[in-house]
Amino acid sequence: MNPKEEKVKIITEEFIENDEDAGVGRQKKTPKVARQKRKKRLPTTGPEEMVSENPHFNQQEPVQEDSDTRPLSMTSRRGPRSLPPIPSASRTGFAEFSMRERMREKLQAARSKAESTLLQEIPTPRPRRLQSPSEKELETEFGTEADEEVQRTQKEDDSQSYSRVKFCDSVRKIKPKPPVPPGFPSAEEAYNFFTFNFDPEPEESEEKPKAKNRDGTNQEEEEGEEEEPPVQEHKMDEEELLSAKDDEDFLLGLDHAAEDFVVVRPADYESVHVRLQMEKELLFVPSRLTVPTYKKLPENVQPRFLEDEGLYAGARPEVPRACQNIMENRLLTQEPGRKWFGDDGKILALPNPTKGFPSRPPVLTQEQDIKAELETLYKKAVKYVHRSQHMIGSGDPSGNFQLDIDISGLIFTHHPCFSREHVLAAKLAQLYDQHLARQQRNKAKFLTDKLQALRNAVQTELNPAKPHKSLDTTQKAINEYKSEIRQTRKLRDAEQEKDRTLLKTIIKVWKEMKSLREFQRFTNTPLKLVLRKEKVDQKTDEEAYEAEIQAEISELLEELMEEYERKMEGYRAAYQQWKAWKKAQRAKKKKKKQEHPDEEMEEPYPGEEPVKPVPPEPTDRALVEQQVRERAARSRRRPGEPTLVPELSLAGSVTPNEQCPRAEVLRREDVKRRSIYLKVIFNDKEVSRTDSRPLGADFRVHFGQIFNLQIFNWPESLMLQVYETIGHSGTTLLAEVFLPIPETTIVTGRAPIEEVEFSSNQHVTLDHEGVGSGVPFSFEADGSNQLILMTSGKVSNGVAWAIGENGIPLIPPLSQQNIGFRSALKRADAISSIGTSGLTDLKKLAKWAAESKLDPNDPNNAPLMQLISVATSGESYVPDFFRLEQLQQEFNFVSDEELNRSKRFRLLCLRSQEVPEFRNYKQIPAYDREIMEKVFQDYEKRLRDRNVIETKDHIDTHRAIVAKYLQQVRESVINRFLIAKHHFLLSDLIVEEEVPNISSEGSGILGLSLFKLAEQKRPLRPRRKGRKKVTAQNLSDGDIKVLVNIIRAYDIPVRKPTASKFQQPSRSSRTFSEKRAASPTAHSPTHSADYPLGQVLVRPFVEVSFQRTICHTTTAEGPNPSWNEELELPFRAPNGDYSTTSLQSVRDDVFINIFDEVLNDVLEDDHERGRGIHTHIERHWLGSVKIPFSTIYFQAKIDGTFKIDIPPVLLGYSKERNLMIERSFDSVRSLSEGSYITLFITIEPQLVPGESVREKFDSQEDEKLLQATEKFQTECALKFPHRQCLTTVTDISGKTVFVTRYLKPLNPPRELLDACPSSPQATAELLDYFLFKQELVARYVSLIPFLPDTVSFAGICDMWSTSDQFLDLLAGDEEEHAVLLCNYFLSLGKKAWLMMGSAIPEGPTAYVLTREQSHYLIWNPCTGHFYGQFDTFCPLKSVGCLIGPDNIWFNIQRYDSPLRINFDVTKPKLWKSFFSRSLPYPGLSSVQPEELIYQRTDKAAAAELQDRIEKILKEKIMDWRPRHLTRWNRYCTSALRHFLPVLERSQGEDIEDDHRAELLKQLGDYRFSGFPLHMPYSELKPLTEAVYSTGVHNIDVPNVEFALAVYIHPYPKNVLSVWIYVASLIRNR
Amino acid sequence: MAAAGPSVFLLMVNGQVESAQFPEYDDLYCKYCFVYGQDWAPTALPLASVSRVDGGAGAEEGPWTVTRTEERRQHGDKGLEEGISQITSKSQDVRRALVWNFPIDVTFKSTNPYGWPQIVLSVYGPDVFGNDVVRGYGAVHVPFSPGRHKRTVPMFVPESTSKLQKFTSWFMGRRPEYTDPKVVAQGEGREVTRVRSQGFVTLLFNVVTKDMRKLGYDTGPPDTQGASGPSPPQGLPP
Repeated sequence: MNPKEEKVKIITEEFIENDEDAGVGRQKKTPKVARQKRKKRLPTTGPEEMVSENPHFNQQEPVQEDSDTRPLSMTSRRGPRSLPPIPSASRTGFAEFSMRERMREKLQAARSKAESTLLQEIPTPRPRRLQSPSEKELETEFGTEADEEVQRTQKEDDSQSYSRVKFCDSVRKIKPKPPVPPGFPSAEEAYNFFTFNFDPEPEESEEKPKAKNRDGTNQEEEEGEEEEPPVQEHKMDEEELLSAKDDEDFLLGLDHAAEDFVVVRPADYESVHVRLQMEKELLFVPSRLTVPTYKKLPENVQPRFLEDEGLYAGARPEVPRACQNIMENRLLTQEPGRKWFGDDGKILALPNPTKGFPSRPPVLTQEQDIKAELETLYKKAVKYVHRSQHMIGSGDPSGNFQLDIDISGLIFTHHPCFSREHVLAAKLAQLYDQHLARQQRNKAKFLTDKLQALRNAVQTELNPAKPHKSLDTTQKAINEYKSEIRQTRKLRDAEQEKDRTLLKTIIKVWKEMKSLREFQRFTNTPLKLVLRKEKVDQKTDEEAYEAEIQAEISELLEELMEEYERKMEGYRAAYQQWKAWKKAQRAKKKKKKQEHPDEEMEEPYPGEEPVKPVPPEPTDRALVEQQVRERAARSRRRPGEPTLVPELSLAGSVTPNEQCPRAEVLRREDVKRRSIYLKVIFNDKEVSRTDSRPLGADFRVHFGQIFNLQIFNWPESLMLQVYETIGHSGTTLLAEVFLPIPETTIVTGRAPIEEVEFSSNQHVTLDHEGVGSGVPFSFEADGSNQLILMTSGKVSNGVAWAIGENGIPLIPPLSQQNIGFRSALKRADAISSIGTSGLTDLKKLAKWAAESKLDPNDPNNAPLMQLISVATSGESYVPDFFRLEQLQQEFNFVSDEELNRSKRFRLLCLRSQEVPEFRNYKQIPAYDREIMEKVFQDYEKRLRDRNVIETKDHIDTHRAIVAKYLQQVRESVINRFLIAKHHFLLSDLIVEEEVPNISSEGSGILGLSLFKLAEQKRPLRPRRKGRKKVTAQNLSDGDIKVLVNIIRAYDIPVRKPTASKFQQPSRSSRTFSEKRAASPTAHSPTHSADYPLGQVLVRPFVEVSFQRTICHTTTAEGPNPSWNEELELPFRAPNGDYSTTSLQSVRDDVFINIFDEVLNDVLEDDHERGRGIHTHIERHWLGSVKIPFSTIYFQAKIDGTFKIDIPPVLLGYSKERNLMIERSFDSVRSLSEGSYITLFITIEPQLVPGESVREKFDSQEDEKLLQATEKFQTECALKFPHRQCLTTVTDISGKTVFVTRYLKPLNPPRELLDACPSSPQATAELLDYFLFKQELVARYVSLIPFLPDTVSFAGICDMWSTSDQFLDLLAGDEEEHAVLLCNYFLSLGKKAWLMMGSAIPEGPTAYVLTREQSHYLIWNPCTGHFYGQFDTFCPLKSVGCLIGPDNIWFNIQRYDSPLRINFDVTKPKLWKSFFSRSLPYPGLSSVQPEELIYQRTDKAAAAELQDRIEKILKEKIMDWRPRHLTRWNRYCTSALRHFLPVLERSQGEDIEDDHRAELLKQLGDYRFSGFPLHMPYSELKPLTEAVYSTGVHNIDVPNVEFALAVYIHPYPKNVLSVWIYVASLIRNR
Repeated sequence: MAAAGPSVFLLMVNGQVESAQFPEYDDLYCKYCFVYGQDWAPTALPLASVSRVDGGAGAEEGPWTVTRTEERRQHGDKGLEEGISQITSKSQDVRRALVWNFPIDVTFKSTNPYGWPQIVLSVYGPDVFGNDVVRGYGAVHVPFSPGRHKRTVPMFVPESTSKLQKFTSWFMGRRPEYTDPKVVAQGEGREVTRVRSQGFVTLLFNVVTKDMRKLGYDTGPPDTQGASGPSPPQGLPP
């Protein structure tokens, strides 16, 4: 800031302040501030500093503002005189504060004037001072005047608080300072001093009154404030001493009073230095200097170096020193910096993880020209395993290693060519060697010395010169010595004896040899034994001998004495005992004598009489001496006898050949012919061989060859093979010599020559003097004392590691050693990894580890340490069992029992096993306690009941058994295929366009599909596209819908006018032929007259119910209504499981019910008719169609016209058509009875039905036949891929069976046939009779409940059960029904076939075709209905093949609709037969039983069942009407019950009118609507479902009454026909 | 909730499908959904995670299945834990990144860590002929430990079964696709497929768990403790 400007301001302030009377204190303060400011500025008169200070000065301003509430005018003036920023400045303190300031200001003004004048005088910039940080901070505290107000708003920043804090600190620091530093002899100082002294006085005077006014709490605060300003002043004063010419300012500023209001401010600029300063505050630059260690360690801790302590400390990674220093400095500034440093004062670091050498084996670069390198080299194939296990590990530095094998020679210790002398010589040599060896060791001498030493020791111990030792210890020591002496003596004696014996033997052999030489008169060997006598001093020798003997004797005596003592002790004890016994004995004897004197002799001694102990003999000295002497004579040199030293030399001469006998010459020649060589075998491979050397006469071979083996691997074995060549004949392997592999320390030059013995087991007999090998020979003339010697010898060799050029032994690395040594398996061995070999025993290992003091910190030792810790802790025992998962126990955190007890675990397990009950269990609770016990109840019950037959669910026992059986079969089959379900195909996972196939008709070849691209996106004639199929794995509730499109219906029954009460029953006489022809004439036109024209005949609507969801269409009118409505029903899979298996086993049915909507006028009063319409809607069930869900699922869509299942009696309705209306239509349409409905049902989205598992089953069929069936099927499939062709089927045990085996005439139940009228006479009648029989049979078959295979064996396969199984099970699908029906027809003498084809709604199914005289009939075995061939309403839509008892015919006609094909199977052009001339029918036996046996069904049981069903159904109806009272009309019920058997008898036909008449008669005053339902009996559930679907219970007319009757007609084999009559009655008033 | 302690734990996941690296393709969008075990159920669902995509050329076919939000909500249990992002084009800088920044926000409750949720991503984009084809499938587990996690998911597509198929599928713009993208979160049946690697998608998860520790599951950093970090400035010291 410009000093001039500032001055101006100060002056103006001064000027204004003068006007003010209030603030005296303020004046005091302001000058001070001004002074401070000047003080500061002056030192930095350099232009850049002056400017750059500004921003910092202003940082305090906002604080002032906060505490300041002075008027604005004052602010403008006084603001610049910034107050010392005291954060806690209170308002009250301000007043006096400002007064003081003002006072100060005045003074300051005067002073500054002086200063400024001075400044003008000295314009040169002041030398810059070094500013301490605290100074700098202080500087910032006192804002300058000019731009403060502008900047106040701008420059509030975070540093504010910081500097404020700093300020406080600095103030605190300043406080204790002495007010004035003494002695500065300038005028300014004097002036300052003066002002300083002046200040506090008014302050105090001011303060006192003020303090009184305030409350005590503020006082402290004030004082703080008061104190501060002066303190600051002191500081300033000091500074002022350096630069004190502020007076100038004052004078200069005088002129510019007005400028105070205009703020002129230079551009902000921060000098580099200031910036650096600022940065220094913010930034931290760690030093690069080394941190002294003491800083890094806690106090008084010496750095500790683990290496020095001998512990392992890995090599630290290389980090530049500077970087380390920086890091250390940085860490030290952080709060817990020391935790980063280790004990050694360095930053903690893991050992350097990098390997010292490259992992890749170095390429062996050799000086070779490229061509040579590129040349192909033949290498014999080697076995990989063998090779690799000895290869040098990639981590090891590789190289060529060298093993030097020095084979110096070979000596035979026996050879077949040895003569007898040789044998002896060899023996002698051997003994001599032994002698030499003993001599060298000189054990006897050693022991003698030891003995002597011990004796001396005993002597010294016994010496009483050492009294300080306790007697005990001495005695003990002596005893020990003595025992040792004894031991040593024994040993010495033995040794001496051995020495002597050896010497004797040597002499003996030598003597023998000499005698032999003499005997044979020639010498073969140069051996010569010289016995050298060493004279000894007889006297000393004798003395020594005697002394020795004496010492020995005394020792022995002592010993014996001890022995004697001990024995005496024992004797005494024994004697005492004996005496006691004797005494007792005597006393006893005495007693006995007195009593039985004569029995004395007989009295035997009761126990063994203790032998009287013999006192031990005292030792005889003479005897001992004699013993000792004897022994000494035996084993020791006699005194005075010269010491014999044998010396063997080869100095002797061998007799030359010419002086030898012939045999010996022959032997010698033989020896000469022989030569020996050695093969060097390294790792079982011959690497080298020595030269062949002739065998010397002394049976020594000298080779003197050194073999240098260049090797890569640690040798596994090293062997020499000794070969002998005799002349030119051939070589024989004499022996194998295994050489030890040298230690790594043994290198060439240091290796001793060792002799390795070998021997051979070959048998050689020679025809000369040679003794041979392996054959007995003898030295004696008589051949006794035979010897057998084997070829043997010694190879002297030296094996050592070679030394390379640079003096390094060429040894494979240590780590490799063990691998090579043992086996590659040891590579992973902890022990071998550290290079210790041979320590396989863990205990030994632990011992070794303890001894060798391994460093536990060395990572190399880590596996070993672990091993040892295990070993030493004793846990490593070798179990005597083998465990497959030996770690399993480690992971068992609770015992198995506890685990099984956990409900949650159990639940998880069961879910994982896909147990049906739990397969889709969601959110298994987290705690056991939250799992209800009842979760498992069902499952447990099922498990329990597996073998128990429960009759509760199944009212009838037989069914229960069957159901149980079925359940079991089902389970077993499902389990068998559970795995198959998890088998995925590509198409299950990936959607991909099919391969454009040339042969396939639809998609065409690729070219065609390319044309498709050119097609328009929206063609004018759109073609239907197939829907996208969805695999049923990712679906959930609500995703699947069943769409039912109700199109139209025909021939709905119409209401009968109530007027015509009594219809003439006209049908009873109807003949069978009429029925067959389905003649329309049956409907008499007279009825139509009853309908008044214009009256609504019927108002039908359709209600579709599925899984208890109900949808219905709108109401149409007339008997041929057209709805064309789509109903959408949601589908829920059982347990939320949408897997294919689950969907297949859905057993729900779609019920399509047709109702008539009846409007009843409920108004009783006609007068109100004009005002409102009050009608009551009633609905009357007319009929239903039932389609199982499984059919929809497998067919994907069902499209067609279905016969409505209309009850035989529909009270109030008639099926008669109004011919007047419909005549024209009728004539066109096929004439068939019944009502029909046209439907389209599908599932949205389309589900992919599960593929049946294609599995090859076992078969007992002939292999040829099976091949033929395959051929037949492929041929058929090639021609008509969509036509069903069946040749083999799976029976219930899972075996493939040829299908014709199922067809065989089987007898229908007799009583069924008995029921029909006796056979009529006429032929026409006869036909009818047959048809009637057939119908009866068909009805019987249809009464067997239907159970699709897909339900029982979900999606697995189609199983065919035989007819007897079917009847036992009482459940089966189309095939079983058809087979049974066909068999019945065959037994009735009909021509019948099983017809495989597809029908609606079933899809692929089986029907039965019978041939009547002129036409064919198609039978639906499940319903019992039959159709003519040309019946348009026949559900069978296509025919694939016909199956007869002895052949199969495949339909090869152009069409497959039964309407358009010819059923004449004899025409080969139309029907392709399986068995033909080329493959005649082999006469297959049937799988069916000979005869079906029918049990009569228990009538009583049926009756009981009937009652129970009735009861249950009644309860159900009441349940379904929870809000209404359900009244039962008993009268009506009994009437109905009476009526049902009639219906059964007539099979539900043609009795309606009678029935109605009867009912009307009985229930005249009731409006009655009801119908009988008929169905086969399987379970209760279908019955209730059927009743429910009729909706009878839905009537909510207040006074409705119900009637329900059940009738069960039992047929043989427990086939039950159930009739349920449901009716609702409303009383007519 | 009972005083005995929680019976479920909660896992809240939010974050976003940040970006992708598909060196060869452009104009991609992605779909995500969650796959989780039987013991898991989503509890709170984001309402606006499904953004309607502009159909474009291939609108009538391909994977433009707009989630019917309302219907789903009616059905209740299935939830909305899936979404389709906007189409993004490559950035023009060197990174060539495809950025979606498409939010994920879902909360699960569960009684069992088995079946921990996985997010399944499928990326689609137009091919040379403008057909919408799949560009990648990928799946990754939602991180176990609470906190902020970044995941880079490698993407792959199923391969055609033959060369001819490959050509026709390329030509017709009907590449092989998974019947259900959720297949990539399962192991079952994968052995019959062959796939090719495509690119990477980067996901950001912020995971918060509740009561996991109370139920005995410790997933790393303490979930009971609050977020670590400097406490906010408390004002001026005296």
